[in-house]
Amino acid sequence: MAHKDIQLDHAVILDLIRPQSTVLDLGCGNGDLLYLLIKERNARVQGIEIDEQAIYKCVAKGLNVFHGDVDSGLAEFSDKSFDYVVLNQSLQQILHVDKVLIDALRVGKKVIVGFPNFAHYKSRLQMFFKGRTPVTGALPYQWYDTPNLHFLSITDFKSYCRLKDIKIERSVYIGQTKMIPFLPNLFAQTGIFMISK
Amino acid sequence: MNKDKVIKNDGVGKVRSQVFTFDSLKLENAEKLGPVSLAYETYGSLNKDKSNAILIAHALSGDAHAAGVHEGEDNPGWWDEFIGPGRAFDTDRYFVICSNVLGGCKGSTGPASLNPKTSKPFALEFPLITINDIVAAQKRLIDHLGIEKLLSVVGGSMGGQQVLAWLVKYPQSLCSAVPIATTIKHSPQQIAFNEVGRQAIMADAHWKSGNYYEGLPPSKGLAVARMIGHITYMSDKSMAEKFGRAKKGIGEPFKFTADFEVEGYLRYRGDNFVKRFDANSYLYITKAMDNFDASGGKRFEEVLRGTKAKVLVISFKSDWLYPAYQSKEIVKACKLAGVETTYCEIDSTYGHDAFLLEVAEESHLIRHFLKKVFYAYEVTGEYGA
Repeated sequence: MAHKDIQLDHAVILDLIRPQSTVLDLGCGNGDLLYLLIKERNARVQGIEIDEQAIYKCVAKGLNVFHGDVDSGLAEFSDKSFDYVVLNQSLQQILHVDKVLIDALRVGKKVIVGFPNFAHYKSRLQMFFKGRTPVTGALPYQWYDTPNLHFLSITDFKSYCRLKDIKIERSVYIGQTKMIPFLPNLFAQTGIFMISK
Repeated sequence: MNKDKVIKNDGVGKVRSQVFTFDSLKLENAEKLGPVSLAYETYGSLNKDKSNAILIAHALSGDAHAAGVHEGEDNPGWWDEFIGPGRAFDTDRYFVICSNVLGGCKGSTGPASLNPKTSKPFALEFPLITINDIVAAQKRLIDHLGIEKLLSVVGGSMGGQQVLAWLVKYPQSLCSAVPIATTIKHSPQQIAFNEVGRQAIMADAHWKSGNYYEGLPPSKGLAVARMIGHITYMSDKSMAEKFGRAKKGIGEPFKFTADFEVEGYLRYRGDNFVKRFDANSYLYITKAMDNFDASGGKRFEEVLRGTKAKVLVISFKSDWLYPAYQSKEIVKACKLAGVETTYCEIDSTYGHDAFLLEVAEESHLIRHFLKKVFYAYEVTGEYGA
């Protein structure tokens, strides 16, 4: 992990991606990760993003980006047309997760997924002791204004992969500033998985 | 986004139209037309390796005068806010060209031009031209200017159709393309609106099967055609904001006068248009738009395959004449063809007119896109800034 001043999740994803790859980022936001991938990995990248202001920021970075929602954005890409398809912090905001993941696995040789872990111990404590919907660093929203549509834990995702015959090639668990080596479903705020089919 | 980057200044200043004439053009329908003249303007200067030239294609009622002001006139060109030093098409970096379309009436050969065979205006003797013919004529101009490869071809509406035609016909001759608020092919709704416009012209007793050049032109018909056009260029919301149900003046109402502001506006637009536009040109050009199909009957992605050009597609949320779904079809084909593409649907309430009016957002997209194409892809500190 030699990347200072880079968001930890971006650093983790960067380490998963080989040089000269092609990358499709679903829900690429301001394009920071894609920009990093071009600079550090000489990657050929494409983003999809729903937020118009974020599109302007991507374009200012010189990125190729489609304005649209991820749920309908994948159909036109041909099979295995990208080395990696990235869904970083966007999986939980997608309407049809299952459909998008299956399609992402079709379009990408590998898919990298990063999501907030709902079973982090702080969430559990808030639920258990306060009886409140958790608000944590990785899940910073109140129940009434969250963009998140799905709440899943690291264990949930692993069992989903088993159920769907999806191969987990790598898994990395992180907290706010560091890697979480044990009991990730309890201590990791974010899970990052590289999967394939 | 960074709106303050749009630097206000005097633009390109005084400009003049020029005319390029060539012997003949073989049309798509195999007819030969000649000699052919194209009126054009240029802004900025062509660099040494001729790599900074951008062709701007105008819409239905546009002309070669895209920027700056003509001697003795006050109104700047139709896309002036986008063209000039520091503007989206930065004339300190780029050489910008705009020509009046073939079939037009603003200096280029069209139905009002003299037919060399009869020494009278062509009128309906003028051949049925296509968007591809319009683009073929532009290509001759670009060749004449010594430009082998354009940095970009850009245009909205019918200008966007020309951009797509360039992309398909001359993929080797452009580094990038920016189709704005346009479509691969007209929908029945778009054809229908154009047809009503044409019928209005042809129903005018002065039209005389197109032979009106020695008498009164079919002004009423053309004005009605333009009124219909303006309705389709605006949105429900932009009309409500601009006019509401406000009434004009306080004069004694007479049956069927233009009582409402919106009526007055449409009449004013229609009456003004007839002073500057030829009715037969309107017929020919709208027909060219309706007949255009960039995919040539195939799947558009097949036609695009292998294109190295980078593409920026822009649409506008409230545009119901060229709705965003039509731009998305262009994007979809680009995706399938593996063309490097960026797409943005700008949240605007102006309707189709937005491509002329959403200066800040459109400029931002165009400026950065052109920069990327011109300097190839180099992620620099500047991009990250």
